[in-house]
Amino acid sequence: MKYWNMRLFQSKASFQLSRKWLVTLITGLLLLLVIFMLSLSAGSNYVSPIDVLRQLFNQTDEFTFVIETLRLPRVLLAILVGAALGVSGLILQSIVRNPLASPDIIGITSGASFGAVLFITLATGVISMAFLPLAAICGGLLTASLIYMLSWNKGVTPVRLVLIGIGISAILKSGVTFLLVFSDTYIASKAYIWLTGSLYAATWQDVMSLSCWLLIPLPTILWLGRSMNVTELGDDVAISMGIRLQRQRFLFLACAVLLAGSAAAFVGGIEFVGLMAPHIARRLVGRSFIGLVPITAIIGALLVLVADLIARTMFLPLDIPAGVFTAAIGAPFFIFLLFRTRNR
Amino acid sequence: MQGLQTKGLTLQYGNQTIIDCLDFDIPLGKITVLVGANGSGKSTLLRSLARLLNPASGEILLDAQKLHSMSTKQIAKQLAILPQGPVAPEGITVQQLVKQGRYPHQSWFQQWSKKDEMLVEQALEATQLSALKDRPVDALSGGQRQRAWIAMTLAQETPIILLDEPTTYLDMTHQIELLDFLFELNRQSKRTVVMVLHDLNLACRYADHLVAIHNKKVAIEGAPEEIVTSQMVEEIFQLKAIIQKDPYFGTPLCIPNGKGRYIK
Amino acid sequence: MLHSIQFKTVGLIFLVGLVGVLYFCSLAMGQTSISFPLALEVITNYDPNNEAHIIVATSRLARATIALTVGIALAIAGILIQSLTRNPLAAPDLLGINAGAIFFIVFALTWLNMQSLTQYMWFGFLGAAVAAVGVFLLSNIGRDGVTPMKVILAGTALSAFFISFTQGMLVLDEQSIQTVLFWLAGSIAGRDVQMLFDVLPLLVIAIIVSGFMGKAMNIFSSGDDVAKSLGQNVAILKLLMGGLIIVLAGGSVAIVGSIGFIGLIVPHIAKGLVGNDYRWMIPYGACIGAALLIAADILARFLISPMEVPIGVMTAFIGGPFFIYLAKKGVSRQ
Repeated sequence: MKYWNMRLFQSKASFQLSRKWLVTLITGLLLLLVIFMLSLSAGSNYVSPIDVLRQLFNQTDEFTFVIETLRLPRVLLAILVGAALGVSGLILQSIVRNPLASPDIIGITSGASFGAVLFITLATGVISMAFLPLAAICGGLLTASLIYMLSWNKGVTPVRLVLIGIGISAILKSGVTFLLVFSDTYIASKAYIWLTGSLYAATWQDVMSLSCWLLIPLPTILWLGRSMNVTELGDDVAISMGIRLQRQRFLFLACAVLLAGSAAAFVGGIEFVGLMAPHIARRLVGRSFIGLVPITAIIGALLVLVADLIARTMFLPLDIPAGVFTAAIGAPFFIFLLFRTRNR
Repeated sequence: MQGLQTKGLTLQYGNQTIIDCLDFDIPLGKITVLVGANGSGKSTLLRSLARLLNPASGEILLDAQKLHSMSTKQIAKQLAILPQGPVAPEGITVQQLVKQGRYPHQSWFQQWSKKDEMLVEQALEATQLSALKDRPVDALSGGQRQRAWIAMTLAQETPIILLDEPTTYLDMTHQIELLDFLFELNRQSKRTVVMVLHDLNLACRYADHLVAIHNKKVAIEGAPEEIVTSQMVEEIFQLKAIIQKDPYFGTPLCIPNGKGRYIK
Repeated sequence: MLHSIQFKTVGLIFLVGLVGVLYFCSLAMGQTSISFPLALEVITNYDPNNEAHIIVATSRLARATIALTVGIALAIAGILIQSLTRNPLAAPDLLGINAGAIFFIVFALTWLNMQSLTQYMWFGFLGAAVAAVGVFLLSNIGRDGVTPMKVILAGTALSAFFISFTQGMLVLDEQSIQTVLFWLAGSIAGRDVQMLFDVLPLLVIAIIVSGFMGKAMNIFSSGDDVAKSLGQNVAILKLLMGGLIIVLAGGSVAIVGSIGFIGLIVPHIAKGLVGNDYRWMIPYGACIGAALLIAADILARFLISPMEVPIGVMTAFIGGPFFIYLAKKGVSRQ
């Protein structure tokens, strides 16, 4: 692997860049741009890429509704959600030191689901649906704090965190089922579509508020990301290197919850992205945590974008939830993961 | 007073006392080896010296400062520990692992200074891993892997290095190779090495200072040739043994009594 | 813990009695309360003109019998799976076996236009088998072999996978959501007796075979290597246990949908009563499982009367906290 050592301001600042990382980053961004354009032009009403560009850079009346009102917010939301889920999974896999961890598996997503379904069943027709994201984020946060408190015993170990997350998640899932069974058909199917994860009917308001939520965890990740490489070497080594392990673990967990919870709040449960994106990223650029953050974000965004593109164009006139397709990609991926590790 | 000391140190797991009210000093610039029977608490003691375990009562002093009042990053510049059986994340290369040792010395703006680069290279060279630096750690042999971890603690550039049973799972060749390496390290750069070893004969050969843990206390400590006697072995390990001089090194050699083939 | 054989026998007789009493309670109690002697008459002296008799015969008898059988099947599946994976946290639902069975059944329901109930059962078995093999392969990856954590994570991931596909199919077929959902949640009410009759023979065979496995499992519990050196054919035993788990769990799902946590809790209660001897654990577990499920079913009728709580939800509310308790206890001991 080729590295560039960067020493700036008379060696007051120094960094190391790997060439592979930079190449991957640029390729990823380019690919994202291509799919972005493709997503804007494809659909029941095809718009040629040139028209899309014309629309984006100087308004044409012809496509304003299709592009600006329908597709652009949806595509941007897909990118944001994918990035958030990917990074959330990356953080969790690093904290738990297990490649199979992800926000859907350790219970954050089920907390958000429960919050949202509770809101849908109780508040439909009473309170505006604009508060649904808030309910979901609260659900995710409450669940995560509950999991954290229950797994606390002079500190939190990864194994306990995962197992208790799974237990809580089982209870919440049956809570969701309970709510669904007792609501009437209209509400149940509405909640169900939300649960499966759909980007249908995304609005500019969704895009704006999700971006705001995603800005909160960013500083922590940037400032503490450096220590994550050491933490992955084990608790003992981390402490011996001078890391305040419990504080770090708490902050990162909070970040992961905010990322996954707010993503789930806007589009429901899109599963497997949090699991896949970090793996692909690691395979591409190796193991430096802070370097992995942008790459994972791009890959997560790509995954959700492609899944949504397939979901809304392949089965026209049906608009299938993107979550089904992330799961469809997730399956072969899991098998790939299996064989890759086996051959080694 | 420089170096590591304990004052009235009591260590507990749950309600079980492992070490009871212990006062002792680790001599600076020497190799100290902790020995004792299984479950005597030697690893526990070592872990507490590296703040991996909080004392139930009493103090640990590092350069006359209370360990728990120092910032953990400050301690990390003074003292490194290699825990027992560390596991590297999948796919991490030797060089990446060793680089992590520089963490306590880096800051957000100084992530890869010239000094970092130099020390990592030195550590790789000293452990003879330069040729393997781009290999994944999980593809190395047991001995090489252990050396990679030691290279990481070397890159941490601390005057004191603690090692918890560094020779476990290594075959005889690798054991000797590793201990030789630590010996050289101590003799050349005067670093204080503290380790837990199982093999009393190897401990006698390499240790300047031997500490025997028994009954929650330091039963006896001193140069091996002065303290290792058949009486001592019987007290610490409940094993009858003859102590002789090693025919080559002259250090104490412990020959356990018992059964076996006997050739006149 | 019960130590002597006499105590264990007495305990077992007591448990069988308890199951019997609960069974009759299940016949007698509900929306329309029916006296015990009247419920008993249904079996001894059935009168097709008596309204109470009709209620018992048409709905409650099937319901109680289903709870009894499925309770036994799930409990034994739990014991087998915990023994096979050597993992105290394993259970068919946690390892994705239920989700796999459900996915295949819903697939058959929505796409293949299946009419015969027997066919669901085979799809249930197929799904359970696919999920079981998948979990086993997935948890085998990595350097340190099969660890409890990896088994659980692989199971949860696989569950998530099957569930999201199931959800996807249901979204496409909105009309069936409500019916399928209630069934997905795990419910004993309104089951067709025919379903039970189709699956019952297989379940009974599996239960009987499991009853004879106690001794072999005792040897197996000391580890693969030790069992091999004691002359046990470990590979065949594992295959047999895996097959039994698939039949028991897949069959249960086909009848009642996903009922979680019985398979997790019961082995622990049984172990607490009779210790680590599988010869006793299996019959004890069977009785406890049956008793738990029948009791939960009776409770589900009264909790939010006149509606009924899906029994899968009931068992999850009881079992979830228990799992957390186990996770806390088990991990801190390590």
